[in-house]
Amino acid sequence: MLRLVAGRLVQIGVVLAILSALVWLAMGLMPGDPLDLAMAADPRLTAEDAARLRALLGLDRPLAERYLAWAAAVLRGEFGFSRLYAVPATEVLWPALRSTLVLLGWALLLSAGIGIGLGVIGAVRRGAGWLADGVALLAQSIPGFWLGILLIILFAVELGWLPAGGMGEGGGLGEAARFLVLPVATLAFVNIAAYARHSLSAMREEMAQPYVRTARMKGLPPRQVVWGHAFPNAAIPVVTVAALDAGSLVSGALVTETIFARPGMGKLIYDSIMGNDYNLALLALLLAALVTMLATLAADCVQRLIDPRLAH
Amino acid sequence: MRLWLGLALLGALGLGAVAAGWAQAWMGADPFAPDLMARYGAASAAHPLGTDELGRDLLLRLLHGARVSLAVGLAVALGATGLGTAAGLLAAWRGGWVDSVLMRVADGLLALPALPLLVVLAAVDTGRFGLPRGEAASDILRIVVILVAFGWVGTARLARAAALTQLTLDYVAAARVSGASEGRVLVRHVLPNIAGPVGVAAALAVAGAVLAESTLSFLGLGIQPPAPSWGNMLSNAQEMVFSAPMQAVWPGVCILLAVAGATLVADGLRRRGQGLG
Repeated sequence: MLRLVAGRLVQIGVVLAILSALVWLAMGLMPGDPLDLAMAADPRLTAEDAARLRALLGLDRPLAERYLAWAAAVLRGEFGFSRLYAVPATEVLWPALRSTLVLLGWALLLSAGIGIGLGVIGAVRRGAGWLADGVALLAQSIPGFWLGILLIILFAVELGWLPAGGMGEGGGLGEAARFLVLPVATLAFVNIAAYARHSLSAMREEMAQPYVRTARMKGLPPRQVVWGHAFPNAAIPVVTVAALDAGSLVSGALVTETIFARPGMGKLIYDSIMGNDYNLALLALLLAALVTMLATLAADCVQRLIDPRLAH
Repeated sequence: MRLWLGLALLGALGLGAVAAGWAQAWMGADPFAPDLMARYGAASAAHPLGTDELGRDLLLRLLHGARVSLAVGLAVALGATGLGTAAGLLAAWRGGWVDSVLMRVADGLLALPALPLLVVLAAVDTGRFGLPRGEAASDILRIVVILVAFGWVGTARLARAAALTQLTLDYVAAARVSGASEGRVLVRHVLPNIAGPVGVAAALAVAGAVLAESTLSFLGLGIQPPAPSWGNMLSNAQEMVFSAPMQAVWPGVCILLAVAGATLVADGLRRRGQGLG
């Protein structure tokens, strides 16, 4: 286990380093630099001023040199400033990360709970398999942004029960929860598919095993057979799904946060790229990738704990 | 059953895409010309699904959108499957460091959140590579290239796993003994035998590409207006929500049906491969 974690942490470091270089390159190829925007906003800024500012900010240096300078600063713990928000980047990043983790946590809990529930019921009850299958197909096919729009139309516009977007700051926990319902529902639903499918097929396989028949024959109540005997074995592939799905959850957060105007990591990445705030965009992207890879690592560790055979 | 249902769904949408030109001539409306007096028109005889925020016929835009969205889906599936199969075959056949490098890259790509990276790549100014800016064709090309760059991974892993088992079988040894070159062994003998899993991966790639294209276009980074795609027709949905909710429904239904169709085809192919009919 320790070796797994240590090896994976090294791997994560390598991926982050490569990713930062590639994204830096991609950002160098995006239209406009911060001074183009400044010139567009302020007609008194002359070309000479812009050139002087470019030299001052180091924007006239080659891309590779700027990247190395940036990487050195980051390794020293200096994360720079956000151009869009005009504060140190970390001041924007931490609240956004917290907001996203809350969203992701609830969505993961709900989608895993509902998906696994559907899969188990589908495998145990005869004739209920189509329900898990159908929900999985729908969840897999529905575009997350469209589901969000539909929920807004239904619950915010037509019924007026829930807010269409925002965070509900300063309204206490209950108010924040009200703003969380629709985004969590959207993100949870599109992520149900993998859980439902894999738990359905894994449970079907386990329920056909001899040990399940034995458990039944010795007179255990059905609930005990399903949850006490079959499910722990079926849980192993389901945890694998959780590990593979971390990326799609984070991707989903970008869409959900953009639609529901929640200031989280996803919206931050989108807004900062759209607003040429490259420093913030790069940091946010690396942080999102780090969170995803740590989540995958956590799922892998859980898998080892449930199934010690994997260690060999 | 699943296979046919999926093919029927995709076929119906494809037919709509093909018929877009005829429908336009027959209805006599121009889906690209704004008519500001007819914004958010309700459904009527002249406009069966109403008009959009610039007064253009929604049905015709959906049909034209089908062309773009399905073309992107098919092109990405072709590219990703071709690249992925080649990479998977190469990794399985060559083994050693080629295998580990390819699979490490695949693992790395799979472990990352795709959409934020797609957003970054989609924001790259293709004009710097000498491509014309702001033309539908270069938008489509850009999005296809980006999605292929991420999409080959799934196919590569499936193709590699399938090819590894095939390469240990006797018929491969027999082909080698009878003097077939390595290239011939891979292309004429192994490739047909891994067509099953590769087909499933290709169908899933169509589903993934349609979904990804619509999401990027919705975010304003994919196909740029005035060319319609199902995704960019929803890009000002936030405004539609209050003025014309039904306008926000139809493009989404089209995306849903296309993705569900491709997923059903993949499911059907997989079951057929397992002998489940």
